[in-house]
Amino acid sequence: MNGTPIDDTLFTWPDESPQLIGARCTNCGTVTFPQQSSCPKCAGTELSRHLLAREGVIWSWTIQGFRPKEPYIGPAEFTPYGVAYVDLGDVIVEGRLTEGDPSKLAIGMPVELEIVPFETEQAGTNWLTYAFSPTGPAPDQGGVA
Amino acid sequence: MEPAIVGLGIHPFGRHPNLSGRQMAVKAVHDALASAGIQWSDVQFAFGGSVDGDQPDTLVSDLGLTGLQFVNVSNGCATGGSALSLAITMIESGTYDLGIVIGFDKHPAGAFNAKPSDYGIGDWYGETGLMLTTQFFATKIQRYLHDHNMDKAILAKVAEKAFRNGALNENAWRRKPLSFDEIENAPMISDPLTQYMFCSPGEGAVALVVARGDKARQYTDRPVFMKSVSNVTRRFGSFEVFSPWLSPERGSVPTTDAAKRAFELAGVSPSEIQVAQIQDTESGAEIMHMAETGLCEHGEQAAMINAGETEITGRLPINTDGGCLANGEPIGASGLRQIYENALQLRGDAGARQVPNDPQVGFTHVYGAPGISACTVMSR
Repeated sequence: MNGTPIDDTLFTWPDESPQLIGARCTNCGTVTFPQQSSCPKCAGTELSRHLLAREGVIWSWTIQGFRPKEPYIGPAEFTPYGVAYVDLGDVIVEGRLTEGDPSKLAIGMPVELEIVPFETEQAGTNWLTYAFSPTGPAPDQGGVA
Repeated sequence: MEPAIVGLGIHPFGRHPNLSGRQMAVKAVHDALASAGIQWSDVQFAFGGSVDGDQPDTLVSDLGLTGLQFVNVSNGCATGGSALSLAITMIESGTYDLGIVIGFDKHPAGAFNAKPSDYGIGDWYGETGLMLTTQFFATKIQRYLHDHNMDKAILAKVAEKAFRNGALNENAWRRKPLSFDEIENAPMISDPLTQYMFCSPGEGAVALVVARGDKARQYTDRPVFMKSVSNVTRRFGSFEVFSPWLSPERGSVPTTDAAKRAFELAGVSPSEIQVAQIQDTESGAEIMHMAETGLCEHGEQAAMINAGETEITGRLPINTDGGCLANGEPIGASGLRQIYENALQLRGDAGARQVPNDPQVGFTHVYGAPGISACTVMSR
């Protein structure tokens, strides 16, 4: 996929198996996303680059039902999109979902990281961002999705 | 003796196309001064908060250039609570005897659009559509309903109560009762919250005159005492608005910390509260904050609400003036509206929405970005 990450600190790119880039505190093990230079838990200042798991489960979710005002730069013609907090094991990360149908989303649903085009009205841009894509039903969902 | 509220002023909340934020603030201040029987020149200090109105300390050009100390306060949705807590501290310290707290705002229509860089977050977060308070509230209540196995029908019940109470409040913005079905079937904004379950940014102003407790009766025969005020920021492991990430290690939330401190300082237990105003930015927030403040146990809310316990006539009346849902949220004024309402209730001046049986002890709670909370315990 061609394009430029909307922020080059967020994920490894280009990469056949891209990962989100976090930071891990060398003192207490707290993992942040994106990277931070100090730790909000222990106030330590030694953090190392830490690549996050590609797969996780939905910790919570919602649908963005109206077009956000600026600084949002998405297309003028609005399509509702899913937003989730995804539990990746050592950190819970917020991101867009590739699924925007609320009947197909549930807490506990397994998802994986995808790098996706992010459309805007700006001519000549070809942004990429990260999103999470459902890979199966939630454990208590009995095969929906 | 605790500091007291001795003067109350309000400009009706809502939309006022022909009035500026400062005009509303000046009206509220004049009303507050009149109700305390004082002049602006008697006021020794002021704290003011406004986000989209004018800079509060510039009000002196309309109120009078008396040379008083005037400090501007900005703490998101907790601005009013923070301004009040500073004023109370100022009295308690013995620095001054008489001051005023002013909150006003005039927000454009539609959801707030904060800038990521103001919160230490990269521009990508706003550009890709994640910088929305509405998403935070929706994901927080979504998880909460799941964790406590609660039916989402309770969300419409909370909004229904808010509009019913708002209809009894001449200063509220939304004064038309809405039915459960109208709320439940309104357009979905962010699952599980529909349009009428969210408060809207709005306009309005509140001013409160504060005085030393032992001098309070010089200004009014019915002072209301601030038994405690607390004001905290978040600790590690809480879930806050505008968070690109959370720790899997869940911790205490600022509302719980602020409420606990307010109750401890006041020497009052949550079970003694007879009227409470708590932050209901959306109806899920009222449900979660009921338990986070300690006013009930987690998971107990649905049964309480369904039994009518949070109604004006119930055991624990909550958001008796219609809360943020019926009043809208002019950020600078919103927290002070809660104090204003509790003062009316404790003085017995709340008219059609008066809590029966002569309430003696009240509680207020605000919560704001990026994870702060301020609470008070008030008594007659």
